Amino acid sequence: MDTNAAHRLKRGFAKAAHLVGLFLAMAVICLPGFWIVLSSLRPTVEIMAKPPVWIPRELSFEAYVAMFSGVGSGGIPVIDYFTNSLVISVTSTVIALAVGMAGGYAFARYRFRFKSSIFLGFMLTRTVPGIALSLPLFYVYAKLGIIDTHFGLILAYVALNVPFTIWLIDGFFRQVPKDLAEAAQIDGCTRWQAFWQVEFPLARPGIASAGIFAFLISWNEFALASQLTRSTNSKTLPVGLLDYTAEFTIDWRGMCALAVVMIIPALTLTFIVQKHLVSGLTSGAVKG
Amino acid sequence: MATVSLKGLVKRYGPVPVVHGIDLDVADREFIALVGPSGCGKSTTLRMIAGLEDISGGEIRIGGRVVNDLPPRSRNISMVFQSYALYPHMTVAENMGFSLKIAGRSKDEIAARVAEAAKTLGLEELLERRPSQLSGGQRQRVAMGRAIVRNPEVFLFDEPLSNLDAKLRTQMRIEIKKLHAKVNSTVVYVTHDQVEAMTLADRIVIMRDGYIEQVGTPEEVFRRPATHFVAGFIGSPPMNLQEAVVDDGKLAFANGDTLPLPRRFREQVTAGRKVVFGLRPDDLYPAGHGIHSGEDTDVHTMERPISLTEPLGNETLVFAEFGAREWISRMLNPKTLRPGEKVDLSFDLSQAHLFDAETGKSLRT
Repeated sequence: MDTNAAHRLKRGFAKAAHLVGLFLAMAVICLPGFWIVLSSLRPTVEIMAKPPVWIPRELSFEAYVAMFSGVGSGGIPVIDYFTNSLVISVTSTVIALAVGMAGGYAFARYRFRFKSSIFLGFMLTRTVPGIALSLPLFYVYAKLGIIDTHFGLILAYVALNVPFTIWLIDGFFRQVPKDLAEAAQIDGCTRWQAFWQVEFPLARPGIASAGIFAFLISWNEFALASQLTRSTNSKTLPVGLLDYTAEFTIDWRGMCALAVVMIIPALTLTFIVQKHLVSGLTSGAVKG
Repeated sequence: MATVSLKGLVKRYGPVPVVHGIDLDVADREFIALVGPSGCGKSTTLRMIAGLEDISGGEIRIGGRVVNDLPPRSRNISMVFQSYALYPHMTVAENMGFSLKIAGRSKDEIAARVAEAAKTLGLEELLERRPSQLSGGQRQRVAMGRAIVRNPEVFLFDEPLSNLDAKLRTQMRIEIKKLHAKVNSTVVYVTHDQVEAMTLADRIVIMRDGYIEQVGTPEEVFRRPATHFVAGFIGSPPMNLQEAVVDDGKLAFANGDTLPLPRRFREQVTAGRKVVFGLRPDDLYPAGHGIHSGEDTDVHTMERPISLTEPLGNETLVFAEFGAREWISRMLNPKTLRPGEKVDLSFDLSQAHLFDAETGKSLRT
């Protein structure tokens, strides 16, 4: 066999191995999601069966129908939970982004005393596990009377997300050359206009990804929400999942159905924002 | 009227002064180049004129109006950055029209003025492209287009050609010169490249460590450098400079070599004075291969072994040891010389410069 053929064969094998590797990795990532969707559509007996039933024998949307049928006929106040989740996640994300943009910009552009200590301080707050904060937070919130309110959760999530958004957005503003804002100022912009016309559009991928992360963290957060919410006033979807647990039984199918309902908006948002995540937008700004 | 005038301009970063109270008057429609080695304060000075850098003291006037505390947008200037600083998310046309858009001009007017500037710079084909799709020279041209669209009183250039390759730089240099002739604005141009400064500017400002060393026409700074530093900075290859002591009608160098004291300085300097002797490579040549400098000749010829030659085609640079250092001489109508060969070197002392060894100031009157 000549060396060309040998190399061709080798390249073919490498490609096959690459595809198999990719498939395995994707399977590991996607299978749990797929299993949740599948489990929401089949009877509990099949879900609990050992060994597992891979190919479902019957599929039904009963769990979804039941979920929306109201309390008493197996339903839960899913609309309330959904609204709470949406209001809390969106509001806290918007606030975290606003603060993150201001903070990230300041860290990227200005020099001030104790800059690196403050930055490090922000990062250190993230090393404390959220659950460890839940009890102190519960006490404080109880004293303030903001348990079981949207405001309380929004406050907690903003605090949770701000260090992260600052860190991420700071990195993106650093990539936008300083010259561009200066050129804009010479072109007649105020400092404020230069930011919105030039620096903001260029840092948008970073701001969009910070937004997705902040939204997903708030949307999926359970530990704090389970402590700080009580009723349909403020209970979010992850806490709502617990409605499917009773003293002796867990309605796995219902829980999976609610999980699917939770996944859909998060997935939709990610798809919408994804197109803003174009990297390399700053290429061509400077140098030849 | 767009004069630029700096009075006692000072810039300090914390306690460290980087520009020490400089004075400069730029006339209307004048092309002035600030040159100097990196860190000499030339870019800082330009940025202070632009308003991108606060001033720590002194006064800046543009068109007679004090602009010390005005933001860049109120100074009616435009600037071409070293990095070009094109807005990557806008097309070439949007880049060029951005200042007009911010000023709230109508779409028709913007389109017309962008088209006009594009025509001047040969950018018509590129108007819909984005900066990332352009070559270095094209980006440079767009940056200039963005500057001229505004029709400013003063153009500021911050080392605009230093990111281009040598060939393109020469070409763009010519275009900048043509552009200045066409738009007829006042220009302040910063560069570290003395060739750019010499070829483009009406007057050159040579800066060093935050001070102005000399202001003059290219001819003046080349022919009559005010200081030892200017003498070494302007001219390529650089002027031969060597410390010497005046001794009885002679210049004695550290290693014992001597030269006659140039005639024009004989009255002026007394024995024992420490000086720096300077002679341009053009005024040092193998006998018979130099530029004849006129009637008032004060030529001294001596035989030296040469150490190296650099043939450049129409001329050859000849390196020879003298006074404990290598001197560069320029040989016109070159003949082939081998290293080690002994050559009669002519020192045209009528063109020589003497500088005070301590102050660095020229002793020429």
